[in-house]
Amino acid sequence: MGYNKKMIILLSLSVASVLLFVFWDVGGEWDYVLPRRLEKVAAITMTGAAIATSTVIFQTITNNRILTPSLIGFDSLYVLLQTAIVFLFGGGTLVMMNSHFHFLLSVGLMVVFALLLFLFIFKKEGKNIYFLLLIGIILGTFFSSISEFLQVLIDPNEFLVVQDKMFASFNNANTELLLVGGVLLLAATLYLFRYVKYLDVISLGQEEAVNLGVNYDAVVKRLLGVIAVYVSVATALVGPITFLGLIVANVAHEVFRTYRHKYLIPGAIFVSIFSLLIGQWFVEHVFTFSTTISVIVNFIGGIYFIYLLVKENDVW
Amino acid sequence: MVDVTNVSKAYKEVKVVDDVSVHIKKGTITSFIGANGAGKSTLLSMVSRLIPKDEGSVLLDGEEITSYDNKELAKRLSVLKQSNNIKVRITVRELVSFGRFPYSQGKLKKEDEKLIDEAIEYMQLEDFEGRFLDELSGGQKQRAYIAMVIAQDTEYILLDEPLNNLDMKHSKQIMKALRRMVDDLGKTVVIVIHDINFASCYSDHIVALKDGKCVYEGHPEEMITNNVLREVYDMEFNVCNIDGNRICVFFT
Amino acid sequence: MKWWITGFLLIFFSILSLFIGVSDLSITDLFSLSAEQQEVLFVSRIPRLISLLIAGMSMSIAGLIMQQLSQNKFVSPTTAGTMDSARLGILVGMLLFPSASMMEKMLLAFLFALAGTFVFMKILDKIRYRDAVFIPLVGLMFGNIIGSVTTFLAYRFDLVQSIGTWLHGDFSMLIEGRYELLYLSLPVVILAYIFAHHFTIAGMGEDFASNLGLSYQKVLYLGLGLVALITASVVLTAGMLPFLGLIVPNIVTIYQGDHLRSSIWQTAVLGALFVLVCDILGRVIIYPYEISIGLTVGVLGSGIFLYLLLRRRAYGL
Repeated sequence: MGYNKKMIILLSLSVASVLLFVFWDVGGEWDYVLPRRLEKVAAITMTGAAIATSTVIFQTITNNRILTPSLIGFDSLYVLLQTAIVFLFGGGTLVMMNSHFHFLLSVGLMVVFALLLFLFIFKKEGKNIYFLLLIGIILGTFFSSISEFLQVLIDPNEFLVVQDKMFASFNNANTELLLVGGVLLLAATLYLFRYVKYLDVISLGQEEAVNLGVNYDAVVKRLLGVIAVYVSVATALVGPITFLGLIVANVAHEVFRTYRHKYLIPGAIFVSIFSLLIGQWFVEHVFTFSTTISVIVNFIGGIYFIYLLVKENDVW
Repeated sequence: MVDVTNVSKAYKEVKVVDDVSVHIKKGTITSFIGANGAGKSTLLSMVSRLIPKDEGSVLLDGEEITSYDNKELAKRLSVLKQSNNIKVRITVRELVSFGRFPYSQGKLKKEDEKLIDEAIEYMQLEDFEGRFLDELSGGQKQRAYIAMVIAQDTEYILLDEPLNNLDMKHSKQIMKALRRMVDDLGKTVVIVIHDINFASCYSDHIVALKDGKCVYEGHPEEMITNNVLREVYDMEFNVCNIDGNRICVFFT
Repeated sequence: MKWWITGFLLIFFSILSLFIGVSDLSITDLFSLSAEQQEVLFVSRIPRLISLLIAGMSMSIAGLIMQQLSQNKFVSPTTAGTMDSARLGILVGMLLFPSASMMEKMLLAFLFALAGTFVFMKILDKIRYRDAVFIPLVGLMFGNIIGSVTTFLAYRFDLVQSIGTWLHGDFSMLIEGRYELLYLSLPVVILAYIFAHHFTIAGMGEDFASNLGLSYQKVLYLGLGLVALITASVVLTAGMLPFLGLIVPNIVTIYQGDHLRSSIWQTAVLGALFVLVCDILGRVIIYPYEISIGLTVGVLGSGIFLYLLLRRRAYGL
């Protein structure tokens, strides 16, 4: 089957999942149900696309298919920054009045922190991927422990008020940030387009990329910045979802079996949107909200991850 | 030409390359020889800007190599390191096509395709061009990489142990191809090479490194002698003249 | 670190721990305790101190045993799915037998912890690439999967709140009558001491052990059994204490070298001290409120573990 045919199938699947999600069992209350569902679909689509793209790029940069930015502690870092801002500036103050400003501030800090973190880790340990992963996971634990720690220190009453606003979940998507998040994603994507042609070359490895005239360090830094924006927006909209990127990026690789990002990235995006919407549909209509999609994704993703580690650890 | 002046590189106190100066003429094959750990590969990597140097300068046609624009440099100088292990699933032809990236930035034109065909032909890879890299033998892979460098069509070509993994037939084939590229197309080739007999038969200039220092350099006639090689390798050689080439015998 | 310094610090902080709290009780009152103060002391403060000491001590030793058995410095109840399995066991117990007693829950937690750790050890056998940092990575993921099963079940059956108690270690609820289960760990610690050499030898591998006339399987099961018992009793009474079994033995190794028999006491004392200090910190930082010890241990533990990882070459871990 040709690449284009596969792409059309994936595209149709994700469109079908959108239709299913929006129109299933509306029950006559169109005015009420439809806008809410559309908002949710928008949030999930943006998240799915952002996570898929950032993971594919991240795996290309690190030349490794068991990594995702979330595993490196990215989304816990985001939650930590959110908490730290509330902790430092107080929950009820001006900062919280304007959640857009708050959000932008977190994204900005996130990009800076993420770059520092990456540069530090890449410099320090070079190529030992397992070490990088372990450090990342522990950093994640470290960040979330500190976040919880700060959350305890914040006045509990005040915290409850801001909590809903700040920490979204799939059941409670942060639709307030849809617009500003969308603009950020769009900007990051436009920026990414300038560098997208380098991705294929970078997947050959650092030395080859340099040989072929890519300003490797500069390009990689910018790509990491784009990843940071994507992950921040995704986390802000629906909360952390660790293993999604890992699954969808690998599925895209398996389906297309190519190094070409013009197939890998859209492919991963469609797989991501499809699985998130179907998953969320199951959560809402089959499990009737008695579980969350993150739990399911982390369960499946975790098993898949161990499978990748154990089965193919000589390949990577 | 490439002017390497007083270049040094240290990893944690240990000087891997120590104050080396080398002059590489246009239209020649220059070979770096020396024992394992002598600093040949590190020197080649610094000359090709793959790793930063601690001290010294590398001038490519009079301009410091690190101040070149990346894209422009990739059109003038190409480098192929040993132990290439590309992990992505990619066919031979796709790999060779990457050689055109500095010119096409990913969008291949007709003349790019023509040069790719030529490079594949040059390395006699026509039968494999649709095969995936991970399905090939070490030697076939090596040839595919060299074909990529040929497609890159640069004036300077730097190769780190290009004969690695190759049998005698293909080693000879590669060396002959390099020689032809120099003689017919006026390219400048720099190689790191372990087989001193290949170095002797095909190079115009040989640079011998020992413990990070350049100990001797010169024409193969001057270099492939008992005295020079004994000092470079700390072992005895029997240098013979066979069919006008200086051949070292050191097996017994 | 000299052993007597740790010992002295342990005694000092133990006494300090008795006199920190919301209820008014200071050391000068010791010989003229009111009835109320007596009650605070004997019902709350002393049980808390004892459970802190036992939990810290036994979790660290559990980590030490696991590291010896797997010959990997980064394996511990946190990084092998043991803790998460024990927690899943408790949840299953609550689901199947809502009226189960402490002992019955304990049994289930123990069985699950044992099974979980055993499965992890089996996964390890399958792994060809035994990089020192690769194994804890697999273990953490394994724990994550079990954790997500727990969360899934907890969501399904509206037990999120109850399971939350075991998510973070918390000693504030440990009063007389609710901590005695921890005493189970004491004989285990003694067993661990007696069999210290066996664990070291078994860790060298099956062939090595058989060559010395040791039944590898038996020692392995004994070791895993002890670890599961300790973990189950600590998780059930105090909750999850992440990274404890990981960092304490490693710190002892750095300062002490690798002789299990002598380091076992150091590990025990340092582990108790670490938990004690974390607990005191949690009690004073937002006084009169309290931060659960799971959090303080989480912050300090993951921080120290990171430090150890980054410096592992320097320390030869």
